[in-house]
Amino acid sequence: MRRRVAVTINGTSYEHEVEPRTLLVYYIREQAGLTGTHIGCDTSNCGACTVEIDGHTVKSCTMFAVQADGAQITTIEGLAKGSTLHPLQQAFWDEHGLQCGFCTPGMIMAAKQLLDRNPSPSEREIRLGLEGNLCRCTGYHNIVKAIQAAAKVMAPGAEAKAPASVS
Amino acid sequence: MAISQMVGASIKRREDPRLVTGTGSYVDDLPQTAIVHMVVVRSTDPHARITGIDTTRAKEADGVIAVFTGKELLSEFGAPLPVTDCFVPTKKYPKHYPLAIDKVRYVGEPVAIVLASSLSAAQDAAERVEVRYESLPPVVDIEKAIEKGAPVLHDEVGSNLSYDVKFAAGDIEAAFREAEVKITQRLIQQRLIPIAVEPRGVVADYRTWARKLTIWSSTQIPHFVKVWAAVILGIPESDVRVVAPEVGGGFGSKIRVYPEEILTALASRRLGRPVKWIEDRGENTKATHHGRSQIWDVEIAAKRDGTVLGIRPTQWLDLGAYCSQFGTFQVLGMLVAQGAYKMKAFDGRAVGVFTNRTPTDAYRGAGRPEATYLIERVMDLVARETGVDPVEVRRKNFVRVEDQPFTTLLGLTYDSGDYRITLDRALQMVDYQGLRREQAEKRKQGKYLGIGLSTYIEICGLGPAVPTQAAVGVSLWGMSVVNVHFTGKATVIIGSSPHGQGHETTYAQVAADVLGIPVEDIDVQHGDTAIGPMGMDTYGSRSTALDGNAVHISAMKVQEKARKIAAHLLEAAEGDVVYEGGKAYVKGTPSKAVTIQEIAVAAFQTSRLPKGMEGGLEATTFFDPTNFVWPFGAHIAVVEIDAETGATRILRYVAVDDCGTRINPMVVDGQLHGGIAQGIGQALFEEAVYDEAGQLRTGSLLDYLVPTAADLPSFELEATITPSPVNPLGTKGIGEAGTIASSPAIINAIVDALAPFGVKDVSMPATPEKVWQLMHRNGGTKR
Ligand code: FES
Ligand code: FES
Repeated sequence: MRRRVAVTINGTSYEHEVEPRTLLVYYIREQAGLTGTHIGCDTSNCGACTVEIDGHTVKSCTMFAVQADGAQITTIEGLAKGSTLHPLQQAFWDEHGLQCGFCTPGMIMAAKQLLDRNPSPSEREIRLGLEGNLCRCTGYHNIVKAIQAAAKVMAPGAEAKAPASVS
Repeated sequence: MAISQMVGASIKRREDPRLVTGTGSYVDDLPQTAIVHMVVVRSTDPHARITGIDTTRAKEADGVIAVFTGKELLSEFGAPLPVTDCFVPTKKYPKHYPLAIDKVRYVGEPVAIVLASSLSAAQDAAERVEVRYESLPPVVDIEKAIEKGAPVLHDEVGSNLSYDVKFAAGDIEAAFREAEVKITQRLIQQRLIPIAVEPRGVVADYRTWARKLTIWSSTQIPHFVKVWAAVILGIPESDVRVVAPEVGGGFGSKIRVYPEEILTALASRRLGRPVKWIEDRGENTKATHHGRSQIWDVEIAAKRDGTVLGIRPTQWLDLGAYCSQFGTFQVLGMLVAQGAYKMKAFDGRAVGVFTNRTPTDAYRGAGRPEATYLIERVMDLVARETGVDPVEVRRKNFVRVEDQPFTTLLGLTYDSGDYRITLDRALQMVDYQGLRREQAEKRKQGKYLGIGLSTYIEICGLGPAVPTQAAVGVSLWGMSVVNVHFTGKATVIIGSSPHGQGHETTYAQVAADVLGIPVEDIDVQHGDTAIGPMGMDTYGSRSTALDGNAVHISAMKVQEKARKIAAHLLEAAEGDVVYEGGKAYVKGTPSKAVTIQEIAVAAFQTSRLPKGMEGGLEATTFFDPTNFVWPFGAHIAVVEIDAETGATRILRYVAVDDCGTRINPMVVDGQLHGGIAQGIGQALFEEAVYDEAGQLRTGSLLDYLVPTAADLPSFELEATITPSPVNPLGTKGIGEAGTIASSPAIINAIVDALAPFGVKDVSMPATPEKVWQLMHRNGGTKR
């Protein structure tokens, strides 16, 4: 029995018939065609599939597409405004917060919620906040730096200016 | 900001905008039409005869297109999966096909493939494939595998022993006669699961009437996959194209030709449709090779003053169920186990055995972490036994800068390096003497601080063609094409195949300096066998030492041709024309210059070229250096052990590394961060555990502990720069150095912290439980 699902992803409405067992992450990747959300495990440990649903960060492999019916979803593809990167995307770039990039979309989505909840986290708070997202390339060192840099830029009243860098 | 010299500049990576926006394409993201999904049925039994496979019910399932077993496909395998010599040409090993034929030998071994119109249909049908097994007793222990009467995995080998070979030089008996101190120690290199965050995946598309095969694979070695897919499938190599799109990490785990690359291609040829296989994580922990899995026994001969006279190491390597393509590459550990030190004799023995577990192959460092762990533990064991400070033991035994180029007992020649300088700097950074005082104070308060050193060297930049051919069976070189277009922009094609290392950025920096073309006008292409000549791909920290230098040399060739064209345009003698900053001019008159753009246009207009010169502005290089490169450094870990729980907290991690010229220091540091984290993972958390029945107990990320952000500290890095004399850029490798150095630094620190308990060794991973047990084995009494 296929079921109807209607969601809004990054401001665009999608409506599809899906098998009830379809995980949301597969729906996002295959039905909506947004492949920036990745799959790195089958036990909800890696966080590569992290998205935002109705304002909350969720690992999209932990729910069925049908459970998201009616939801507002933001994925990594929805963060940049035109040709301007989101401050977190910019900071990951500036601070070399990624290597292979596979964990990056989930990492940035997790970091976004972290900063939404705590705009000026300590290093320890950042590290604890990222426990659900695995990166095998960076040792997290520059991910932490990137989130600290983004926090500065995103802080209320901060000049909306990317950190100086050579390019 | 204008930068006059790109090499040495930490410019931001050009790879990143697509990756931070989620718009890069990994294999699973490629657009697909009419694709067939493949699911692999895998063995659930570690050791069994296959007495029958019933595929009837699977074939009848909804959406199923075909089901194939090993027996059905055997005639289509033109050759077994490849195995290279890798330091042990005399080893015995069995033929290994992409699907099991009549026996399975590890849990996860491919047994059949199911092809269906959707992934869920293929998954459902795979559960309906009935494999009948007649179980045989499994062998899961290295030492038990070669005991008399052990069940034998491969009748064609005759026993579970693949090889037992010596690597010896110097008079070891004399060294032990002279010894005032003799130490015997067993060191365990536990089995590790690489866990690239992107599992493997393949799409294969065989076009029947065009007779062309394209394979997109999450691999580190597209060029090697092309060769072997052609050989195994009996397709002319010229009709095979292999593409490595974005690859989500490798760490050695994507370094070999895998069964699924062959099986998707074969299925596509049979079905006339593209076939896709994406590994899930549960599969990945069993079907992608593991690393390490070794026991090292060492006997040490030393003097009371801390001088090491000789060592006698034995490496027991668990190959797993088959010999993987580079399965004996880890024997390199024996060849470089002398480390940064002089000694009189070395008496090594390397033994390889088969067990009923996932095959082992390269994992970040492959042999060098094992060697470094051995020799750096040896230094600390000698320090403990003699009472000489571990710093002094190292200084006493170091190869000195005046000994360079130094030749080891086993005949390898180091290219350069002053090991005292990196050590001295690292000691300064941590305030070693101050730390020792703090340690003594804390001990009085029942707090256990530990300081661990690791003064590693490593061999990388594989490598000079002749020795690599002798060692691994193929000549390894660096490859590049540099092509300046009509409009003065350039394309660089490289033979390396990055998967996170940032070659698109760093190699553009290399070419920009030589050509004087702005770095953003230079595109770097890779990972597609159709775009250039044979490349040797990416592993063993080889890319920058080989392909990076090949880019430099091709760019120099292009520059030379540009200069000749410029001389013709300027009507000047060739010898009078200089090329600099993207312009050529007659010495002394830089105001009358021709730019690279003008030269490039002329290169495509025969009438404007010197007589007899071919058109175009392009050069190809196959770079064969005169030696390997030998990075080195000093890492210091400072840890504190929680006396209540046995948990290790890393207070500081300081590293001073020397990888020669650093093209992009930001990228170099990034490689070190990730490498150090992986070595810490081995030291503290990671272990692939099999039970006696041969089942993997750590087959998911719930059970296999990859370090998280909360487990790690920030790292304090500095560098010294000793350019390598064996390549024009002076670069060495840095992709594995962090991993090579960090495991022994951490374990040395833990053992140091536990000295009051009389602890001389802790095996990896040093889990809280293990450490707590060691602290309490004498009822918690200290010595
Ligand atoms: S794929 Fe969702 S947590 Fe790993
Ligand atoms: S950048 Fe590769 S896993 Fe994080």
